[in-house]
Amino acid sequence: MTDLLNALVHLTSMLIIPGLAYGSQLALGALGVTLIFGVLRFSSFAHAEGLSMATAITILFTIWLQGMGLSAGVLPTALLGMVLAMPVMALVFIGTDRALYRHFRRINARPEVFMIVSAGVMLMMNGVIRLVIGADGRDFEDGERFIVTARGFRDWSGLAEPLVLKTSQVLTIGIAALATVALFWFLNRTQAGRSMRAYADNRNLALLSGVDPDRIVRLTWIIAAVLSVLAGVLFGLDKGYRPFVYQQLLLPMFAAAVVGGLGSPVGAIVGSMIVAFSELALTFAWKKALAYVLPAAWAPQGMVQALSTEYKFAVSFLILVIVLLVRPAGLFGKVAR
Amino acid sequence: MTRPPPAPDLLVVQDLGISFGGLKAVDGMSLTIRRGSIAGLIGPNGAGKSTLFNLIAGYHRPTTGRVWLEGEDITGLPPHVLFGKGLLRTFQIAREFSTLTVRENLMMVPGGQLGETYIGALFQPARVRAQERALRARADEILEFLQITHVADLPAGGLSGGQKKLLELGRTMMVDPRIVFLDEVGAGVNRTLLYTIADAIRRLNRERGYTFCLVEHDMQFIADLCDDVTCMAQGRCLARGTVDTILSDEAVIAAYLGRGRAAKGTGLAGTPVEAGAA
Repeated sequence: MTDLLNALVHLTSMLIIPGLAYGSQLALGALGVTLIFGVLRFSSFAHAEGLSMATAITILFTIWLQGMGLSAGVLPTALLGMVLAMPVMALVFIGTDRALYRHFRRINARPEVFMIVSAGVMLMMNGVIRLVIGADGRDFEDGERFIVTARGFRDWSGLAEPLVLKTSQVLTIGIAALATVALFWFLNRTQAGRSMRAYADNRNLALLSGVDPDRIVRLTWIIAAVLSVLAGVLFGLDKGYRPFVYQQLLLPMFAAAVVGGLGSPVGAIVGSMIVAFSELALTFAWKKALAYVLPAAWAPQGMVQALSTEYKFAVSFLILVIVLLVRPAGLFGKVAR
Repeated sequence: MTRPPPAPDLLVVQDLGISFGGLKAVDGMSLTIRRGSIAGLIGPNGAGKSTLFNLIAGYHRPTTGRVWLEGEDITGLPPHVLFGKGLLRTFQIAREFSTLTVRENLMMVPGGQLGETYIGALFQPARVRAQERALRARADEILEFLQITHVADLPAGGLSGGQKKLLELGRTMMVDPRIVFLDEVGAGVNRTLLYTIADAIRRLNRERGYTFCLVEHDMQFIADLCDDVTCMAQGRCLARGTVDTILSDEAVIAAYLGRGRAAKGTGLAGTPVEAGAA
């Protein structure tokens, strides 16, 4: 019985909670990808860089707030910085749209052209980020780091295995859930949200039904900005901010959006969880958990790890390829007619 | 030339033209639609009727001519602006937001001063809810009017062609339009549903004072509904007048059926020439 509990605690602490947190971070990013795809009809390769820039801006605001002696008590100061970063990021996105994407919309450019333009935006953002905050990583989490510490849990439960619950993990899961509910409320229960869905569904008809296209585009970028700030900062609080690592988020975010079906918000969330848990489960060392559950004679010798952690990005790539081969429209995607 | 036309005419089209490449799809077309009337636009295939609609509705920019809506020059304005001014159109093949429910298809229509600020939406949930209730009530009333309440919560993509036409008509009812252009509303619709549609158009015209302009090939439909009829051929106005005179006009019949038919006493809406009264 104790063995089973130990195994459970071990898995919860090392796999389930980190998986939920990572999945939530991916979901916030993938929602942005899928919204941009649904409404603006292109895959924005600059999205990961957007997360990175959003985080960099938040860090700068956080440093400024800390300098003024402001903090959020036991919570990270970055939560305050995040609120300030949102309008700035919205301006960055809308500015980029005005300067670049709008032109290609006017000349009715094909989606591939947009994709290449977005790759250019990615490179530019990358340069700006290096210029402003540098290429080095930094941790910007302050306040109380843990809600449940390893020692605290062990003393309380008497189990051999520790349960660790980081503040950033709980914040991530909580904020992501709230943001998702708010987004769905907006899309389904408000006039503006319905106009956005209508525009995504049938652009010409939406125009002829009185939907102002500029307004929808602006709105999409604002939502993408808010989601980017949330995704980037929560990922950074959890794992530290390293521009290089953020670039690598592009693949899992896209894999998540494609698995769920590009353009489908529900799909983006489900896809994110699938990608996050596959990545973690395949690179997880199951030895300890199995040792608790199996009889001593069967205890595994090796690490029981399907893939070494260096290959975790290969997992999203593999998922992406499989989905594109088997069900290109994704789980919740509209099948092309 | 640019002097606004006198008031009783709701919509005035003056000398409108557009060419695609070398082809003059619409060539110096003029048209006047009286307030509160149902105007018909007929003409053989390729006469430029749909293109004329597209020009008026802001889908294409005319190369020549002007369009006035109640004395206001609206030439070349984009569709969503025209929509705001109460000029709406529907399509030959009904279009719908297939992933939205039927009710949502109606509720997506932007409603005047309501719901204009999206920042407001975040901070005034009570106002948003009140607005939602009003919108929903309006949508439900329209669904009732069109007798499609039973499909309100289904995705619009699954409707039959005729129901989609009704839905399109419904979308125009979400705002109080000044004029609605219906492009072949009867095409591909079974008889029973066609009567429902004709009935809805007539009631909207009589009870709510909507002005309509409809393109239609079904002459019976035109004869039943329209006050004035204009016949187009090769991008130009061929003839205009009351239903009876147009449907028995020799030039019109010739344009549709070739020369010689009028002499045999065959009108367009039926066998004898007086069929317009049917």
